[in-house]
Amino acid sequence: MTDKVKVATVSLAGCFGCHMSLLDIDERLAELVERVTFDRSPFTDKKILGECDIGIVEGGVCNAENVEVLREFRRRCRTLVAMGACAINGGVPAMRNSFSVRECIGESYVRGIGVEDPQVPDDPELPLLLDQVHPVHEVVRIDYFLPGCPPPADTIWAFFTALLEGRDPTYSYRQIHYD
Amino acid sequence: MSVLIVDGREIEFEPPATIIEACNKAGVYLPHLCWRPDFSPHGSCRVCTVRANGREVAACITAAEDGMRVENTADDIVEKRKTLLSMLFVEGNHVCPACEKSGNCQLQAVAYYHGVTAPTLTYFYPPRPLDASHPDVVIDLNRCILCELCVRASRQSDGKNVFSIGGRGIDAHLVVNSETGRLGDSELDIDDRAAHICPVGAILPRRGAFQTPIGRRKYDIDPIDVAGDASEGET
Repeated sequence: MTDKVKVATVSLAGCFGCHMSLLDIDERLAELVERVTFDRSPFTDKKILGECDIGIVEGGVCNAENVEVLREFRRRCRTLVAMGACAINGGVPAMRNSFSVRECIGESYVRGIGVEDPQVPDDPELPLLLDQVHPVHEVVRIDYFLPGCPPPADTIWAFFTALLEGRDPTYSYRQIHYD
Repeated sequence: MSVLIVDGREIEFEPPATIIEACNKAGVYLPHLCWRPDFSPHGSCRVCTVRANGREVAACITAAEDGMRVENTADDIVEKRKTLLSMLFVEGNHVCPACEKSGNCQLQAVAYYHGVTAPTLTYFYPPRPLDASHPDVVIDLNRCILCELCVRASRQSDGKNVFSIGGRGIDAHLVVNSETGRLGDSELDIDDRAAHICPVGAILPRRGAFQTPIGRRKYDIDPIDVAGDASEGET
């Protein structure tokens, strides 16, 4: 048990689609858990991040909590991976970057279609939004990038098998795409 | 007949020809975005950069010479191309998952060809407008790479003058030649070549989106050295 590779995963400003794609490696999951154990991850629901070998980050950075979590992942994970379009370039959430936060909040909570009793959420527990959504490599150093929206299961598997065998991942032509 | 030596391989060509013309005729793929065989070269994207007789040049605007040695696949040339491609990505807003050209986009295709997993430069996120005033064609300037193919197609093929590039440096942008500056008020017609030539998803003919699903598109199947340039009008 103790010599298993420790993996942590997190979804920041993402949709969990990349995590779904990770689960999409199907029966190979059994082979994977023979060799790795999951630390903090939506799969385990652990909230505390331990020292890990591999950290996998889905989603870009859109609020103050994302920044904190991402920096903690960098501190505690030997290898950090940006998984999917949002982690790599902000993706669809970054389409709000053309607008101010005030405009976005106004559209969602004040003037939006179907909004009743308009009010801007201001609970102190809510993390503050950044003025723009950023890719993770603009906040911390990233070791590997897995492109795709989401990256195909085969790409994720190619990545894991390479890393667990101690070599740099390589991908076939069809394993790299941005959509 | 003259001879060009590309990565050690001799190819014959008939002068006058540019390096990319000679390679294209001989079936040697040189990555490119702003070049098409039937338009005058523009030399703006620099993706066709090669080393010719020791000098780095854009292959589309450099004349091939007899005995010229061309390096197309040298590691450092490929690295420079990857940086150029990354710059094109970060200077615009290329949200591939939200783009109907995805899979048929030449910018994507060349990046795939060179194995670019992610542009790691700082993203600009420039605010860029959309023009949906034309009944048959939409312009999304978020994706424009200023290749000027539409400018040349309109002038050289359609006999019109619908497009131009205005502004300088980072402010350079596509402008439409109409009194209002809107595409709907211009002479552009859906049958114009300029409406179909965009290598990325900036100028899109309407009502064709997603007829071929994502995953079954041109560059989903084959790399660009096999599949060729982005087909005109295909989304």
